Amino acid sequence: MKKHGWKILGALLVLYSIIAGFLVVIPDLPIVHESLRNIFFHVCMWFAMIVLFAVSLVYSIKYLSAFHQENDIIAGEAVNTGLLFGILGLITGTIWAKATWGDWWVNDVQLNGAAVTILTYLAYTVLRSSIDEPHLRAKVSAVYNIFAFVMLLVFIGILPRITDGSIHPQNNNQSPFAIGSLDNTMRLVFYPAIIGWIIIGVWIMQIRVRIKKIKEEINSIE
Amino acid sequence: MIRQIKYLMLKDIQLELKQRYALNGILLYVISTIFICYLSFTKIIDTSTWNALFWIIMLFASINAVSKSFVQESKARQLYYYTIAGPQAVILSKIFYNLILIILLSLLCWAFYSMLIGDLVLNKPVFALALLLGSCGFSSLLTMIAAIASKTNNNFSLMAILSFPIVLPLLLTLIKVSKAAIEGASIYDEGMYLLVLFLINIIIVLLSYILFPYLWKE
Repeated sequence: MKKHGWKILGALLVLYSIIAGFLVVIPDLPIVHESLRNIFFHVCMWFAMIVLFAVSLVYSIKYLSAFHQENDIIAGEAVNTGLLFGILGLITGTIWAKATWGDWWVNDVQLNGAAVTILTYLAYTVLRSSIDEPHLRAKVSAVYNIFAFVMLLVFIGILPRITDGSIHPQNNNQSPFAIGSLDNTMRLVFYPAIIGWIIIGVWIMQIRVRIKKIKEEINSIE
Repeated sequence: MIRQIKYLMLKDIQLELKQRYALNGILLYVISTIFICYLSFTKIIDTSTWNALFWIIMLFASINAVSKSFVQESKARQLYYYTIAGPQAVILSKIFYNLILIILLSLLCWAFYSMLIGDLVLNKPVFALALLLGSCGFSSLLTMIAAIASKTNNNFSLMAILSFPIVLPLLLTLIKVSKAAIEGASIYDEGMYLLVLFLINIIIVLLSYILFPYLWKE
């Protein structure tokens, strides 16, 4: 029970955020109206993705410092799970963009940043699948992971300065539904939702790591 | 280590001058690409189109030029380098060699492109500076990606896939600076972006310096 407490917490938080997210009274804002409820799902996907990619980076560094094969498996599966959340984030985002901005994709800093992030990690998975020898694969993909992560940070730091501002709600302007200006009832759903989805993400990753280990075990026996 | 870098670089240059196939191939690649663009566009008057097309040609030509850095030499010869030189010397010598190659390439590309598609650049020194910083960035980043891609089974297509998302911060800043230079901005207006380009170069070289030893030792 003690060991699985965090999983139950995650499942309860996500369940709570789904039920409360559809039932809670939200302020009726122009343009977004009821689609504002998407904030409880769309934004959480990106938080879960970022956490998983950070986990992957940490385990890549760990791999390069000690060369334990287990760290490589965790790094790889964290990226796979992170990509799942990234694609869910894109899907919830395009639906929301169609409802409020009138188009599936708009030229916006955050959209382009998200697209490049997902492309980078898709390239990482292609790189992994193109090397057969496990130790070489672990080493090469760890190097690419660190390299790509730093370049992504540079990209996200530079992009807003060389393009026009975002049409996403920002905390610094007077936008009525930026994350910093959510009203208290929405915060009561929003923050637990973020924590819940991050826990679910880590849980999925853990299961995937176990499946992968069993598969490798079977392969080595055959 | 400086001596190691010097000798490894001289070796690469001599090998190149002896075979002439990479250099000639890449020059022909640039010229024919520009000629195809000339036949399809004749003249370009719009600065953003001119600029974007120029950098796309540069990007693809650089990827082509750098992609053979690590695959042209046999495993045995790499093992020999491994015994006589440190990994840092190997990657830095490759970066410098590719830098020379890409600078040649970019100058030729600029000359031919201006000749055929039209010369729109108002502030030439700033554009040249952007081109130089761009060449540095391309050579260091693509050399590292070439080292990664050389460990895989399908080197060339992976080289493109791996480098496109990573090259973007560099490429977008370059496009921004060179577009301003084309429209006549002075070096003082663009100082911030040139500094950013310089810093990106330093980050890439540092990362290569730290990470390449892990790739080199198999």
